[in-house]
Amino acid sequence: MIEFSIWDIFRNLLLAGRWTVALSLTAFIGGGIVGLLLLIGRLWSTRAAPGAQKVARATSAALDGYILLFQGTPLLMQLFLAYFGLALFGINVPAWVAAAVALTLYTSAYLAEIWRGCVDAIPKGQWEAAQSLALNFGEQLRQIVLPQAVRIAVPPTVGFLVQVVKGTALASVIGFIELTKAGTMITNATFKPFLVYSCVALMYFALCFPVSLYARRLERKLRNGR
Amino acid sequence: MNIDFDFMAVLSQWPLLAIGVAWTVGLTVISSLIGVSLGVAFAWARASGPVGLRWVVGTYVELIRNTPFIVQLFFIFFGLPAMGVKLSPELASVIAMVVNLSAYATEIIRAGVEATPRGQIEAAESLAFNRVQIYTRVVLPPALKKVWPALVSQIIIVMLGSAVCGQISTQELSYAANLIQGRNFRAFEAFIIATAIYLLLSIGVRKLLNWAGPKFLFGR
Repeated sequence: MIEFSIWDIFRNLLLAGRWTVALSLTAFIGGGIVGLLLLIGRLWSTRAAPGAQKVARATSAALDGYILLFQGTPLLMQLFLAYFGLALFGINVPAWVAAAVALTLYTSAYLAEIWRGCVDAIPKGQWEAAQSLALNFGEQLRQIVLPQAVRIAVPPTVGFLVQVVKGTALASVIGFIELTKAGTMITNATFKPFLVYSCVALMYFALCFPVSLYARRLERKLRNGR
Repeated sequence: MNIDFDFMAVLSQWPLLAIGVAWTVGLTVISSLIGVSLGVAFAWARASGPVGLRWVVGTYVELIRNTPFIVQLFFIFFGLPAMGVKLSPELASVIAMVVNLSAYATEIIRAGVEATPRGQIEAAESLAFNRVQIYTRVVLPPALKKVWPALVSQIIIVMLGSAVCGQISTQELSYAANLIQGRNFRAFEAFIIATAIYLLLSIGVRKLLNWAGPKFLFGR
């Protein structure tokens, strides 16, 4: 029988916490990339040439469906589906791959919507001015609109990182050993649920609170800056 | 490769799914009513309560908003009994959902409350309204109207979050899906169907609340 001191509990949770951070970053970066593609698809579909209206409408409907699907269903179900769904194709997926895939898609849906709001906040005249300078869609986006949109997009994006970190806690349910799962396992070994879950909650708080504060500061700075 | 789906194997267990939906909806209704009411009270405390109370509510809101729901649930269900508070899975789920929603609702409603023009409060004061009347009749209705979309989204997030309550054996929808896949090994089908039901629920709840809010809460 191994005795767990408080330090042992804390140390093991910290070690598992690295996986929470790793999974959060994977999902955030992956979700950012997919989200950017979704955003570009969305922007293209609203500004497509008259000849491409049919494709544009289909793209727009598909994107609406994608976002409705990921924002309208529980993340837990998405994780289960990734876990059991990938297994259907005969691939034996490790829990962390399933978790990374599900969280990436989930994050991308939210980031695409957040960023779309930021792009919509750019006055229409900017697009039109860019168009009148004979810039094509890619140039309009890259040189005129995105640089301005990024400025307003940073605070809510940082704020959403908190949601991603909290979302990774659900990966414990499909057996990925991160902070929450480690907490459950240590509880089962020590029979000290109150202490262990307090520590787990505190660690999430220590991870998320600085990010929340930072997001809020960025927001205030942006509001005062204009 | 040949994958054959058997959705009927899951759908034939519809009574289980129906019970699951009933629990999910029930948990959501109860915790939204209590959670939003608490949010209204806390928003007052945080915007114009005594300094000590403001600080307490602020800490509560930050603690809840910066920790995952599943950890809050486990803390309440597994942690509190060690302190002598024993809870049934259902009660623990409701408490966790109320605690979670009330923290978010506080912040959302506070944003609306703080946007009230000073002149309206002064006008109400000059009509000899007392503080409670000012808050409930003058400040709150337009504030709720302003933040209603955000509040509806938050209620839906909490409903979707309740899927986690199955982990402590509350018999809501995801628990039903787990139970069915444990019986017939049709895991993918069971979760697809549960996910589809959640999707319909969230669309339905959004429609319902968008209709009910203006009609009953801040109408005219």
